Amino acid sequence: MDLEYSSAEQTFRNDVRKFIDAKLPRELAAKVLGHKRLTREDIMSWHRTLHTVGWSAPTWPKQFGGPGWTSVQQHIFDEECTAAGTPPVIAFGVRMVAPVIMAYGNPAQQQHFLPKILSGEHWWCQGYSEPGAGSDLASLKTSAVRRGDNYIVNGQKTWNTLGHLADWLFCLVRTSTEGRSQEGISFLLIDMKSKGISVRPIALIDGEHEVNEVWLDDVEVPVENRVGEENKGWTYAKYLLTHERVNIARLGESKRELRGLKALAAKARSNGHPLIEDARFRDRIAELEVDLRALEFTVLRVLAEEAAGRDPGAISSALKIAGSEIQQTLTELKMQALGPRALPWIPEALDAGWQGAPDGAEWWAAISGRYFNMRKTSIYSGSNEIQRNIISHRLLGL
Amino acid sequence: MQFDLDAEQLSLQESLQRYFSQQYDFEKRRAFLATPHGSSPLVWRNLAAQGITAIGIPETHGGIGGAAEIMLVMEEIGRSLVLEPFMSTIALCAPLIADIGTEAQCAEILPRVAAGDCRLALAHSEPDARYTLDYVKARARQDGGSFRLDGIKQTVLDGAVADLFLVTARTDDTIGVFVVEPGATGLDVARYRTQDGRSAADLTLRNVPGKLLGDGRDALPAIERAIERALAALCAEAVGAMDATNAATVEYTKSRKQFGQPIGRFQALQHRMADMFVLATQARSMSVLATGRLASADAALRRRDIASAKAYVGKALRFVGQQAVQLHGGMGMADELAVSHYFKRLTMIGQTFGDVSHHVQTVSEAILAEAVPVSELA
Repeated sequence: MDLEYSSAEQTFRNDVRKFIDAKLPRELAAKVLGHKRLTREDIMSWHRTLHTVGWSAPTWPKQFGGPGWTSVQQHIFDEECTAAGTPPVIAFGVRMVAPVIMAYGNPAQQQHFLPKILSGEHWWCQGYSEPGAGSDLASLKTSAVRRGDNYIVNGQKTWNTLGHLADWLFCLVRTSTEGRSQEGISFLLIDMKSKGISVRPIALIDGEHEVNEVWLDDVEVPVENRVGEENKGWTYAKYLLTHERVNIARLGESKRELRGLKALAAKARSNGHPLIEDARFRDRIAELEVDLRALEFTVLRVLAEEAAGRDPGAISSALKIAGSEIQQTLTELKMQALGPRALPWIPEALDAGWQGAPDGAEWWAAISGRYFNMRKTSIYSGSNEIQRNIISHRLLGL
Repeated sequence: MQFDLDAEQLSLQESLQRYFSQQYDFEKRRAFLATPHGSSPLVWRNLAAQGITAIGIPETHGGIGGAAEIMLVMEEIGRSLVLEPFMSTIALCAPLIADIGTEAQCAEILPRVAAGDCRLALAHSEPDARYTLDYVKARARQDGGSFRLDGIKQTVLDGAVADLFLVTARTDDTIGVFVVEPGATGLDVARYRTQDGRSAADLTLRNVPGKLLGDGRDALPAIERAIERALAALCAEAVGAMDATNAATVEYTKSRKQFGQPIGRFQALQHRMADMFVLATQARSMSVLATGRLASADAALRRRDIASAKAYVGKALRFVGQQAVQLHGGMGMADELAVSHYFKRLTMIGQTFGDVSHHVQTVSEAILAEAVPVSELA
């Protein structure tokens, strides 16, 4: 048994850290660490920086232009990026649609789409959920009817993240109503510039624009943009959902946010004293640190399983539940650390460089909104209740 | 990073599982439980014959293996609810002797331990100490080449079956560890059973002869290390017990029928069991962390990680134990089924060498001591 990273892995960590230190603009890191609004260019400029050294798709094998890192290296890369405050790589392309194209796409699709994901030329978004198909995703109704070399797609997708910035949509559509609902679904790649697509923002709980409704009205999609076989899309969608094992735990991000919480508790005052000196509040941070440590070593055990060539199976559901609960508790404690200063809603505080706080101090103003926003983590990517269903069916045999 | 068992460890695990499943099933255990002290000299001899009592003892004194093997044995002890004093003797006391004992003392005691001829118990905890390790009021006076001890020691685990006690006491300026014979004059051993059927004792010492272990240097750091080893061992035991508890609960809900179907079909129960599984899975990670950290030279990190592990395991075992009883319904309350015995054992582990809030406090104090720069606020 050995808890330490190998010296090669530690060297790798140093290399990543040096690269980030040299290339990540300070003001961009400050925006990320302060949870300010990021522009498309903020995100894409960092993507391009990573691409110059072949790191824009850390999870990809070499054959498709990725760095071919081990899962432990991917984990180290993620820890270093999140700790330093790099903008996120948009997961929908690199981490979500790309593995499906690699596993089930044809060579033409692989050659056309994968390099553009790698370079950042294509920003992808997801068309899964519908107003009537959330947890019961297979009940989706958006239809694709074959007409010559095209599908004609009609329907409505919802909870589409950042689609207003996206170039392409990967989309589950119904191509058959025969048999079980899972059996008539196909997986289409749709150009967001196609005629008949309209994107409408959904205002969220924190007042931010993050997700959209996407309406598809007689959208023509070439048949060549179907991944794999017709009516087998559910298999590919499930592959996509289980492919992401470890990233779903958001370990690196939560480690960073725990440091942020401690800094916040040192800065915030109660009765004139640093809040962190209040044992009642600090003990709750300690409980959270313990939970995060348990998540960390569970992630490391899963990584070791993967490195040994074993399939850790449905354990990703456990990581999702534990990881999302930690993300939520982190933002809750940060919000609570502010006491009455959790109340003011100042949307401008999310703009980089804003200096309009009523008390002249900006550090607290963007914190509460994130508490509300992060309630999403136990709802998206398969709600935590769905994850519990998966654990009880697949792991416990119930 | 490497969490896998090697071939020898796997074979140790298999042979122990085989031995306990054949010779220590729930009904056989019930018979051991009914004996005066719970533990069985025959089982201890059988464990010795398999080399289990030599684990962690230096090779020069007849030992083999180390912390990973202790973790592995403790997990099986937890899975089979074994009543033997392995934790006290092998995980806690023998390494403490190896740590501070003189060469002659090690040579005298450890080979007997390895051979299964000597069971040990640590007599450290005192009235009003709760979990504080440096709260020692017992006194040791030098009397020629020997010492005389006075004081009270409570909840001495495995104290009813120990062949030797390691008693902590204060000399003029330091805390020392003293070897005391159970039959020593002036020693009153009040033997009793714990809630989960193990043996324990309270000791009253009045002018009791004891031999100082080692050279008289302050033993508190070594005692703290010994308790860290015990904590890692208890975490592993809890992991084995939680595994078995969860498996028993899943099986029970598959077979128990109400409203015309197995109760395991009900989502309210399924989700409870999913949560039990998530906690047990992460508790296993913390057990691995605790054992892996034992060898670390970074005392602050070691202390913080082991405290984190016991805190997390304590939280997990409470939920798993309580909910296992709940999901067994009335049968969870019955002595007849294993689940009530697992629940009791898990609960006692939770109370031993620091409960959740004790270890959370350790982490909390470490947080206060570490200055996270306010610049992190970006």
